[in-house]
Formats: sequence, C-alpha cells, structure tokens
Amino acid sequence: MKPVFTYTKGMCRVDTSYCPGCTHGIAHRLVTETLDELGKLGDAIGVAPIGCSVQAHKFMNVDMCESAHGRAPAVASGIRRVHPDKTVFTYQGDGDLASIGTAEIIHAAARGEKFTTFFINNCIYGMTGGQMAPTTLIGQRSTTSQEGRTVAQAGSPIRVCELLSSLDGAVYVERVALDSPAHIRAAKKAVRRALEIQEKRLGFTFVEFLSTCPTNWGLTPADAMKWVGSNMIPYYPLGVFREPEVSKAV
Amino acid sequence: MSAQKLFFAGSGGQGIILMGQMTTYAAMYEGKETTYYPSYGPEMRGGTANCTVVVSDRPISSPLIYDADCVVAMNLPSLLKFERMVKPGGVLLLNTSIISQRPSRADITVHDVPVNELAKELGSARVANMIMLGAIVRSTGVVSRDSILKVMEKTFTGSKAKLIDLNIGAFDFWKPSAQ
Amino acid sequence: MGEKVLMKGNEAFAEAAIRGGCRFYFGYPITPQSEIPEYISRELPKRGGTFLQAESELGAINMAYGASAAGGSVFISSSSPGIALMQEGMSFLCSAEAPLVALNVSRGGPGIGGIQPGQADYFQATRGGGNGDYRIPVFAPSGIQEAVDLIYNAAPLAEKWRNPVMIFADGILGQMMEPVTLPEQRPFDEPQGIRARKPWAITGYGDDDSRKNVVKSLRMQPDDLEAHVEKLFEKYARAERELVAAESVGVEDADIVLVAFGTVARIAKEAVEILAERGISAGLIRPVSLWPFPYGEFDKIGPRTKVVISAELSMGQMIEDVRIGVGKRLPVRLIHRTGGMIPTSLELADRAEAIFKEYIRT
Repeated sequence: MKPVFTYTKGMCRVDTSYCPGCTHGIAHRLVTETLDELGKLGDAIGVAPIGCSVQAHKFMNVDMCESAHGRAPAVASGIRRVHPDKTVFTYQGDGDLASIGTAEIIHAAARGEKFTTFFINNCIYGMTGGQMAPTTLIGQRSTTSQEGRTVAQAGSPIRVCELLSSLDGAVYVERVALDSPAHIRAAKKAVRRALEIQEKRLGFTFVEFLSTCPTNWGLTPADAMKWVGSNMIPYYPLGVFREPEVSKAV
Repeated sequence: MSAQKLFFAGSGGQGIILMGQMTTYAAMYEGKETTYYPSYGPEMRGGTANCTVVVSDRPISSPLIYDADCVVAMNLPSLLKFERMVKPGGVLLLNTSIISQRPSRADITVHDVPVNELAKELGSARVANMIMLGAIVRSTGVVSRDSILKVMEKTFTGSKAKLIDLNIGAFDFWKPSAQ
Repeated sequence: MGEKVLMKGNEAFAEAAIRGGCRFYFGYPITPQSEIPEYISRELPKRGGTFLQAESELGAINMAYGASAAGGSVFISSSSPGIALMQEGMSFLCSAEAPLVALNVSRGGPGIGGIQPGQADYFQATRGGGNGDYRIPVFAPSGIQEAVDLIYNAAPLAEKWRNPVMIFADGILGQMMEPVTLPEQRPFDEPQGIRARKPWAITGYGDDDSRKNVVKSLRMQPDDLEAHVEKLFEKYARAERELVAAESVGVEDADIVLVAFGTVARIAKEAVEILAERGISAGLIRPVSLWPFPYGEFDKIGPRTKVVISAELSMGQMIEDVRIGVGKRLPVRLIHRTGGMIPTSLELADRAEAIFKEYIRT
C-alpha cells in the first residue's frame, strides 16, 4: 500500500510547542522538507530568533543556534564567514525582525549576505503575549493597542518585503501566505527558489510568510486562516518583489 | 645612560609625529628601550600635536613624562605651554621661524632653529622637520646620526629612495650658534 | 621569534590576534582603537582570514557569536561605549560556551565620555556588564609586548575554557609605540577540520543526524537553567585557581603598597623610585588578571606596611577588590584621576607620600 503521509526527515519526531492553528509548523515543514529535497539537510546551519520559534531547533532537524532578539542576520553573517560552503538560514518573527532587528536585517540585505531569511509575519508579538508589533495592522487590537492601532499613535505597519527590495543586495524577495493549500504550495516554491538562489551565492534571499496567531488574535484556527486573506493580504500583497535575472532563466 | 625624555610639540602638519617616530625607530635600532606616545584628539588636520619619546638602557616605566631633557617647540603656544617641562640644565629647541617671543627660563640651554629659512636655503620647504630633527639629535645625543640614517633608508624606499640625500642634507644642515 | 619591530599598540594588538589564530574579525570604528579594524581589514584577508565591518557593535558581537558557534576562531575589539553595546552578546556567548577573544581599548566615561585613556570599565569588565550569572577572564597588560603575548595566548585559552576572554587595555597602550617581538603565526582552522576539534560547533552534521548540534542559551525550565549555571560556575571556580596572574615587587617590607594595573602600574613603578629617593619604601602589586583578581598577593604584605593605595583612572573601582584582598588588616586608600586625565609619576608619588604621612603622624 502506498503511504499517504510520512515524516519528513527534516523535522524531529517531537510534538511542536505551537498553539493549535498556528502556521509555524507549516513554515518549519516547508523549510526543512525543501532542504531535504535539495539534499542540504546535513549541510544546513539555521539561526532561531527570540519569540515563539526560539526553540525551532527542537523541531528542525538541522544544526542550529539561538540568537538574541533581532540579531539572527548578524549571527548568520558570522556563520556564513566560517562556512562558505554550507546552507545558512535565519528563521525570524515580525517582532524580532521588523522591530528590534531592523538594523541587522537591513544591513545583511544591503551586504548581499549569502543566506536566506524566512520571515514569519503574523502582525503581533506571540510569545510575550500579544503586544503590538511594527506589522500590526491599523485598527488591530493588541495588548498594547487595546482600542486598535492608530496611525497617530504608532505610525503605519512596516512592509518588510517592499523595504528590503529597495536594496541591491537583496536579490530574491517574495511574500507568500500560509492560509490555504494553494498558497502553501506557492510558499514551498518560494522556499525552494530562495534556497536555490542562495546555492548560487547571488546575494541575500528573503521569503515572508503571512502567518496566523489565533491565540493572540482571539480567533479560532479556521477564522484566523480567513483573517489572513481578508485583512493581511490587502495590506501585505503577495508576490515576488525582487528576482535575479539568472533565476528567471532557470 | 639614564632615561632621556623628549617632548615634541607643535601644530598638525609640522612633522611632530614623524620626528618623534624617527627618534624612536633610531633608538630601537641601537638596541635601546624606547617608548613613543602621541597626543590624540578629534581633529584630523590642524589642531595641536605633541608626542613623548623616552629612550633608555633600562626598561622604561612610564611612557608619560612630567619633565623632559629636551622640549621641541614648533610654534608659540607650544613654547608657552611646555617651556616649564624642561628639566634644569635641559634643552629647549625653538622654531624661530615662527616664534619670535623669547623663553623666560635662564636655567636651560636654548637653541634657535629657524627651520623655514634654513629649508629655503636648502631649496625644499618640505624638509623643515628634518632640519629640526638634526638639531635635536645633535644637541641631545639621544641617538646617533648613523641610526637616523638607517631609519631614513628604511623609510624612503622604492620611488622615494631619491629623497634620502635631500633629507640627509637637511638633517646635517643646522649648526649650533655660540651661546 | 623574529626581530624587534616598532609598532603602535593597536596595530600590534591586531597582529597578535591574527598570529594567535583568530581568522575572523568583526568590528565597528571607535576611537581610540580604530587602527585595529583598519589594520585587520588590510592584513587579515591577505592571510586567508575574514574582516567584516558591522553595522554596529551589536551587529559585530552577534556576528562574532555566530562565527564562534560555527567553530571559527574570532577576535573583536572596541572601546568603552562600544564594549557596553556588546554586553548582550557577551552574556550569550558565556551561556552558550562560545569562545571569543575580546579587546577593550578603554576610554573615559560615563556616557560617550571622552576619547582619552580610562580604566572606569573595571566593573563592566570584571562584574559582568551583561545580564545573568557569568564570568569573563580579563587580563590587563601594562606594555605592548605583554599585550601582544596576552592576546596571542587568548585564542587557545578561550577555546580551552569555551568562554570569552577579554584583554583590558587603555587608550595609552593603544596609541603608544614600543618595540615588540612578534610570535609565530598559528595555523588557521579550515572549515572541514572544525567538527573534529570542536565537536560542539554548528557546522552541518553531514550524513549522520545523531550528530546534530544546537548552540543555545535559552533554558525555560528553572531547574535546567540552575543546573546549567552551576556547571558554568564549576568551570569558573577552576578558572579562578588556574588563571590568576599578578606581578608584585617589594611588598614584603614596604611602608606603603601601591596597587595599579595597566599603564598606571608603569607610572606607579616610577613613583616607587621617586618615593625611594624620599626614604619611603613602596611596594607594588600589579594585577595582570583582573578577573580572577589576585587576592592572594595581598597575603605577602609584611608587618611594616601602614597603608595600601589603589591607583586608578576611575573614581575607584578596583579598590573594591583591593579591600577584599587586604581585609581589615590595613587601611585602603585611593589615588585617582578620571575623565581621561593621567597622573604623572611625580603626582602619584606626591599623593602617596601625603597619604603615608597621615599614618605616621600619630
């Protein structure tokens, strides 16, 4: 009989610590499954952020280290210098990457660092308990914007892909979503594209995943999936923001 | 020889650092203990510059000094500020091309070195500091002439080697006048 | 051993780190140590190493952490405010047991302070600076040759102890020139050889995922974290015994004992000579390791001594360790300059003599 489901070698055989309906598990699997398909699991070195995915190293079956909040791109830059031949990636949330880590991500992209950043954007701080993130949408309630975020008080949400795609060093920048099977299949293609371009050492590669946080959004998993489409995608449009010429030809 | 302490002061661009470093290199080539300590500040150009050089047969305790066997004043502010540093019986070298005021001390030896005029005589304004270095070495004996020539040989290499003769000439140009 | 060369302190430090085997350097410009990144950017790539100018000291220390976690031999340098920014990473490196050679060419503070020499980072260096329970061995050279030797030996030391090792130099050492003899170049690690020498490093596990490595500092379970910190401190207890270093001169039969580190210790040596001419016998204790502090040296102080004087370029930081070393046996006094001011040997001698006279008048 043909198996309909098998474990991916890229995931450790433990339960994740993520909430029901959280898309971290999907993103983890997309990253590690693709590494496996590319034959890079044993050659990969990952950097986990601070946030819900700080313990990504418990779930992803690759060599990994933790980093201080927002510093993963700096840490990965150091790793890349020591191991020019390995596959290096960071996995970061939106509080980590788009707030405290803006200097590190922008300069890593500007330097054209030859690693891939997987950016989990769920419009909120997860682990610390639902505070406003730089990506929190206007009107969205959080524990530090209890009446809803306002432009007057907190400015507008940062669109990271658009920001990074202004930098020449960022050769591949794509935003995908994890809210439907079709979007997840597209997301996996983006992961593969990013890792293939990293393999060519063309520059910095970046994939943003529009993700869910049902717990801190106060929604059921199913409604959280719908919320991505109805609220996030209109503000954070999906698509490829930057792509190297060489890659298009592939 | 007990420690010889030299203090070079002037403004940026007068060769303070170069004179100090060449003296230090020369001392090292003689197998002596030596330290060089420059002032450092936020100015990249101009401003004040000074450095301290200590040369000794014994290990040097402090690279910083409060009195000097020899003070080199390349401009008036340096004279006013550092004349008091000269030990009784020590040497003060004055760049009299731009310092017209006379020192107040009577317990020290003062040598006038009009570096700009002497450099003009030699036909190269750029060797003013080498003329002063010659005056320093001749009046203090801190290092030998041969050691300075060795420093020049190691400093001016390749396309700059042709500058050695000019610099030796400048180094030898100043003669002490009768006191 | 080669012949003596005349080098500016900062350049000699950089050369010593390269020759010591540090293949990776991450830095950010700050006075009075900018000659170090300048020198290394020029020299290290020629010899097969990597220089990377970071976006900030935060970036630099985290690049260093990543490179160290990946098994690289790493050198970083900065000056006081920059070292302050790096404390986040220092705490991480200690918890993750990642080696590092760190150099502080320190200047006056607090705040942006000034750019002239200071020693007011003593607490920062020896008492932590970052969060949590950890220790960093700190060595304070008083001359360029000693700095070269300490930096050269710091890479194997950091690797042996799996901990950052700090060299605490002051701006005088960074800027002055002195003849030095440079040690031989140690070979750099090749990436393929790292796993064998550093089995804990994240290098990619290859074909065998049972060799998967994780470098981390998060321990959510309190008992787990406690056990980890206890283990770190067993290591630090051994380091306290093995790494302590000091130079003491004439302390057994001295009227007064001066305690000073770094350049101040050199100035104090000259002050000792001036005091001798005045009939005052002064001893000198020069801590070479600031942590672990050489408390044992104070047991050598003989019955003749009236007072112990800590001389520092700060408002009195090392003096707290001096007091621990002396205990209640003798009064402990301070001679200080701060803000980038440096006492001359004459000033030091005068102030020491004045203090001494307070204790013989009665």
